[in-house]
Amino acid sequence: MIRNARATFGLAVLASLYVMHAAPVRADEPVAITITIKDRQFEPAEVHAPAGKPIALSVKNLDSIAAEFESEALHVEKVVPPGREAVVRVRPLEPGRYNFFDDFHRATQGVLIVP
Amino acid sequence: MLPSLIIVFREVFEAGLIIGIVMAVTAGVAGRRLWVAGGVAAGVLGACIVALFAGGLSQLFHGSGQELFNASILGFAVVMLGWHNVWMARHGRELAAELRAAGQAVVEGSKSLAALAIVVAIAVLREGSEVVLFLYGVAAAEGGASGSMLVGGVIGLALGALVCFLTYLGLVTIPTRYLFAVTSTLIALLAAGMAAQAIAFLQQADILTALDQTVWDTSWILRDGSFLGRALHTLIGYVDQPTAMQLIVYAATLAIIALLMKVFAVPHQERPRAPGLAG
Repeated sequence: MIRNARATFGLAVLASLYVMHAAPVRADEPVAITITIKDRQFEPAEVHAPAGKPIALSVKNLDSIAAEFESEALHVEKVVPPGREAVVRVRPLEPGRYNFFDDFHRATQGVLIVP
Repeated sequence: MLPSLIIVFREVFEAGLIIGIVMAVTAGVAGRRLWVAGGVAAGVLGACIVALFAGGLSQLFHGSGQELFNASILGFAVVMLGWHNVWMARHGRELAAELRAAGQAVVEGSKSLAALAIVVAIAVLREGSEVVLFLYGVAAAEGGASGSMLVGGVIGLALGALVCFLTYLGLVTIPTRYLFAVTSTLIALLAAGMAAQAIAFLQQADILTALDQTVWDTSWILRDGSFLGRALHTLIGYVDQPTAMQLIVYAATLAIIALLMKVFAVPHQERPRAPGLAG
């Protein structure tokens, strides 16, 4: 019966969601980094973070236009409405340079350096 | 004009791929154009609303509102896609052929179309909200260049529609014999990719932190930010640096859909053997 099929399917989805939700507590306290967007520039445009630790990247948009904070290398993508602050969590990183940019205004660029 | 064109096109072409697939999957089912158009319209309306409330949304749930919203609608799309596959497995290709022959939208057929229309609406809403925010910012900013920027945006939209059309054309050339298996596989992969994407949002929002280590890095082969990378990202869920949790959820989604399709497949019915998930 279609009703049973849907119920079972829904149950399977709920079960999966529960398993994912009951995830273990994080072990590492994230490193906090703050970046502001002003006059369509990142300030600072170059930030540093240690390797192997998760990062809490806070982006404050001081302009009057929405920005989209994005980084392919960091696998992060978040719209920051004007006047708001967005926090994204970055997974622990290997040493390297990780570029980020405003997807709505590609000229706005910055880099996260992990020594 | 060019930056605006590229930005809008990049957002829109992923939705274009999904719409193209849905149109191909429902080829021959009467009334499907209306359903898909309805999905697109609902998505556009939703995108405007989301863009309007972007500020408030971003502050909800300790700043994780946006990610939670994205993960939720993606999750809902996954359920819709999975349900569609199970429904198709249950009713079999025979009914689909009957629908085509009769040229009528049977109530049962409408349910499946509704599920796919919802998926279309979600895809359009997700990409569309960013386009709306971007274009609004352009219009509100320095007045001089905004005219050409908006034109660029419109052209980007048109190119996205072209991608949709080409995807559709490419898929409907597949011989009917294989169509069921191919479309079931495409839908399942679409669902698995969306599920993994939902996980990425939850990890970004610090809601889900387990198993966040990067399992492999294929960015030297294909960056997921490139155009081909994005196409594969939408179609099969390609990510160049997947986390363990993303891989597990991806595999689990495929497994659950395959299992449910098998469990609810048409029983005791003589069917010509065909390759594919339900086989």
